[in-house]
Amino acid sequence: MEFAELIKTPRVDNVVLHRPFYPAVEGTLCLTGHHLILSSRQDNTEELWLLHSNIDAIDKRFVGSLGTIIIKCKDFRIIQLDIPGMEECLNIASSIEALSTLDSITLMYPFFYRPMFEVIEDGWHSFLPEQEFKLYSSATSQWRLSYVNKEFAVCPTYPPIVIVPESIDDETLRKVATFRHGGRFPVLSYYHQKSKRVIMRSGQPLTGTNGRRCKEDEKLINATLRAGSRGYIIDTRSLNVAQQARAKGGGFEQEAHYPQWRRIHKSIERYHILQESLIKLVEACNDQTHNMDRWLSKLEASNWLTHIKEILTAACLVAQCIDREEASVLIHGTEGTDSTLQVTSLAQIILEPRSRTIRGFEALIEREWLQAGHPFQQRCAQSAYCNTKQKWEAPVFLLFLDCVWQILRQFPCSFEFNENFLIMLFEHAYASQFGTFLGNSESERCKLKLQQKTMSLWSWVNQPSKLSKYTNPLFEANNLVIWPSVAPQSLLLWEGI
Amino acid sequence: MEHIRTPKVENVRLVDRVSPKKAALGTLYLTATHVIFVENSPDTRKETWILHSQISTIEKQATTATGCPLLIRCKNFQIIQLIIPQERDCHDVYISLIRLARPVKYEELYCFSFNPMLDKEEREQGWVLINLSEEYKRMGLPNNYWQLSDVNREYRVCDSYPTELYVPKSATAHIIVGSSKFRSRRRFPVLSYYYKDNHASICRSSQPLSGFSARCLEDEQMLQAIRKANPGSDFVYVVDTRPKLNAMANRAAGKGYENEDNYSNIKFQFIGIENIHVMRNSLQKMLEVCELKSPSMSDFLWGLENSGWLRHIKAIMDAGIFIAKAVSEEGASVLVHCSDGWDRTAQVCSVASLLLDPHYRTLKGFMVLIEKDWISFGHKFNHRYGNLDGDPKEISPVIDQFIECVWQLMEQFPCAFEFNERFLIHIQHHIYSCQFGNFLCNSQKERRELKIQERTYSLWAHLWKNRADYLNPLFRADHSQTQGTLHLPTTPCNFMYKFWSGMYNRFEKGMQPRQSVTDYLMAVKEETQQLEEELEALEERLEKIQKVQLNCTKVKCKQSEPSKHSGFSTSDNSIANTPQDYSGNLKSFPSRSPSQGDEDSALILTQDNLKSSDPDLSANSDQESGVEDLSCRSPSGGEHAPSEDSGKDRDSDEAVFLTA
Repeated sequence: MEFAELIKTPRVDNVVLHRPFYPAVEGTLCLTGHHLILSSRQDNTEELWLLHSNIDAIDKRFVGSLGTIIIKCKDFRIIQLDIPGMEECLNIASSIEALSTLDSITLMYPFFYRPMFEVIEDGWHSFLPEQEFKLYSSATSQWRLSYVNKEFAVCPTYPPIVIVPESIDDETLRKVATFRHGGRFPVLSYYHQKSKRVIMRSGQPLTGTNGRRCKEDEKLINATLRAGSRGYIIDTRSLNVAQQARAKGGGFEQEAHYPQWRRIHKSIERYHILQESLIKLVEACNDQTHNMDRWLSKLEASNWLTHIKEILTAACLVAQCIDREEASVLIHGTEGTDSTLQVTSLAQIILEPRSRTIRGFEALIEREWLQAGHPFQQRCAQSAYCNTKQKWEAPVFLLFLDCVWQILRQFPCSFEFNENFLIMLFEHAYASQFGTFLGNSESERCKLKLQQKTMSLWSWVNQPSKLSKYTNPLFEANNLVIWPSVAPQSLLLWEGI
Repeated sequence: MEHIRTPKVENVRLVDRVSPKKAALGTLYLTATHVIFVENSPDTRKETWILHSQISTIEKQATTATGCPLLIRCKNFQIIQLIIPQERDCHDVYISLIRLARPVKYEELYCFSFNPMLDKEEREQGWVLINLSEEYKRMGLPNNYWQLSDVNREYRVCDSYPTELYVPKSATAHIIVGSSKFRSRRRFPVLSYYYKDNHASICRSSQPLSGFSARCLEDEQMLQAIRKANPGSDFVYVVDTRPKLNAMANRAAGKGYENEDNYSNIKFQFIGIENIHVMRNSLQKMLEVCELKSPSMSDFLWGLENSGWLRHIKAIMDAGIFIAKAVSEEGASVLVHCSDGWDRTAQVCSVASLLLDPHYRTLKGFMVLIEKDWISFGHKFNHRYGNLDGDPKEISPVIDQFIECVWQLMEQFPCAFEFNERFLIHIQHHIYSCQFGNFLCNSQKERRELKIQERTYSLWAHLWKNRADYLNPLFRADHSQTQGTLHLPTTPCNFMYKFWSGMYNRFEKGMQPRQSVTDYLMAVKEETQQLEEELEALEERLEKIQKVQLNCTKVKCKQSEPSKHSGFSTSDNSIANTPQDYSGNLKSFPSRSPSQGDEDSALILTQDNLKSSDPDLSANSDQESGVEDLSCRSPSGGEHAPSEDSGKDRDSDEAVFLTA
């Protein structure tokens, strides 16, 4: 077993664990292939089980022969281990370092995890696209399921089954895919029953500097509108950024070529800017100096709440277009795998009562994040304590959850789930015993055979005994559209995280 | 009234602050006590009432094509923008309001004309609801160490103190009088709170007139007496709540602070809470931030930090925590003072008492606390809150800060307080409203001279009568957390202190959470109680029937059990269902549908949709008969709710309105 090679010292006695807000615990530290375990070996005391994959960064310090390892977790916890003996400490530290940065996905814990509970409902089959589509097909015949991406050949980041306009055949879809970033042709994201309008999402059009056109793309987009009605294209980049994208072959829709559509730019930050924002935020939160002034300026400097406001505002705008202006909306940024998904999914939270239930929210995450190809593996590889600059990490999903929390705080009786549910999702997105958030897209998940080899998070969460912890006792189904406030006074820092 | 130049102006527009394009057309009335705006739109006839005493500033802005804008800022943080078509009318309203908002005699204040239709007896009962003698008894006084002193009868020693004062038994009249001569405004050390469990006490006074070297034997004996009254500790903390620099500057004026060398066994401590002028400016800055139209997140946070408001709140809390710890953990008595001992001292003593004694965290206890530490000890309500026209430099949000401290504590200990946020907001409202006599004048002496109790009504009775609205459903008297001293986390994090939008932006409903957990829980609780009572009644009846042994025992009782999910529309759905202006200043937002050039098409659309969704809303609210009682508990129901409709009490106001 190759883990054994990495574990130089599997067991150390008399280790003292310090955690904020808890008394120190002395006990035995054990390293296994996937866990760091600290047990005081007494009755009634809690054991600490920490997944190596949850470890974001570690620091070592020595005072005499007493070594101290500070472990910073991806869920923002910081724990400190005092280990007697220089050698043991070094061994433990290097083992943790090696184990927490394993490259191969198949060595991750979900592939070894054996559930201790009886699977009542297999989460891998809880939210099948066909079933989700049935909800729409009863209301409209304008849309159909397409299997064009069955082998992931047309778009590697899309699921095998997508929903497209009834009148568009698979051949057209293939052509449109060549005109959209990453092959992400426009697909249905949400159908609003009340106004009969839709939210679609895609990648950016590859117009380039010389303004390429694609007749099929124009046909597809127009097919979603009735004659005479209008729609909005919401670009999640600023006009400037979108224009710059043309130099790299990307771009945006020219209104002249899409006469029924209006384009709106709503700037939402991406990638490393978000990551830096999170790092600054967590740094400010962990600052123990009791200075009120510095706290607020640090919070401001992190820009975290600014990002929340941007995202919520864009989502509210989409909801307003759909519900009030009765216009369909197409949303894209560059790839259509990050800010696009934030906006489409939040708009659904606002518009669709079903997505405010536990199952509905799970379905939303399955559909709008997992199936839609949000690269969880890349985005969640590191969290706030990482020093090395990597290009792909970004707390996109966390920002989305934070936005949901903001809405939940404003409408405390309209959600079936509570804050714990959101926190649980955040933790599992970063480190989990379940396979749900592994991989970057459906095709990767298929290749890894996650369905056969790992457990789904939904199988675990949807047990009645677990659900009770995540249920909001104040829930009272609210069938209305909920309009959150985006004023700064209404936005708070989410303390739960 | 001679000051009203024009009692009525028509075609006035009330501008909505969140979306300025929406403005309600209506008629503006000026009465002796209120500004009233009645909307024209026939189905709502919405009325906005503003008490003159709530008006903080009035600003006439440059005339535009649509008319003459008038901006009214209220002391309860409401901002009203009116557009009056005629410049002349606007000027008349402006001049009238300027005069009406600044009464010069107490008799002009609303409480002397306010008549809630209570008879004499009820009014008198209202005034004895909160009884400080009882409160001292509850603390366990008098006892072997502390006694009631009559040295201040007829306010002979100190005119800003009450007549009923507790002093250490060993402090003779000679010592007290001697000490009073050595203290600013003769506010000598007296008891504020006595902690039964360990005999420690919180005492308060003003600064000593020590200058650079002056001493006073009696004052030293007074502190000695306070120390002796607490056998459990061999020293007394003396807490000066001012920043050290301010205290030192006072020495030049012959005032200052205690010299540790002159007083035996004292531990002296500065706690830097800024003075009233700094606080006034800080609030001003924060309100400017609140007023910003669609600010960015950075503008808001930067402005909030720059105002320093939360830093000041934290300073007051820290002082309170320090004292509470000294009393409960070290068992030491504490003497608190600032300059005159009526602003910062009141804040700090009451925060500390609140932390120490669960009684003050109940509805009645909180009223007692304000009565004791603020009203009776001569907090200058009239000067600080500008009830009468006076020196604007005297105005400062001192009690507002205390109320906010309580709110911050409520946020951290949601189960520890019997009352809810609304209770605090209503108290704040009435401190400025002058609708009740409690907060008039600057001292007990002045209030007695004015015969307040015979001529006005007590707020406490009013709040007590409507206490159902102010209860916190999460309050647990038996919870370990709520018993004894509240212990704040040992490492106070900065994000403990939050911006209180419920207070400072409370009239911008769109910014508030649209569903209230408190109201929802209260409704559920009440319904449960109702059902339990019903069950009891039915069981009783069943028993009777069984006793009579009727053959037909089938009782067909109408079990009108309202289904749990049907009726509570605790959220204000009409607001919940209105989108806000998300576009901000973004020009590309398509509020104009391209086909129409009409500016307001988006607005019209919005309203139409609102109407169309109305039927299901109303169906939602009165499906079941059993729910009616509950709905009146919802925030908009109670007529006494000042935050909702600007403190009007319709029945009584109408009378005033007619005589005007």
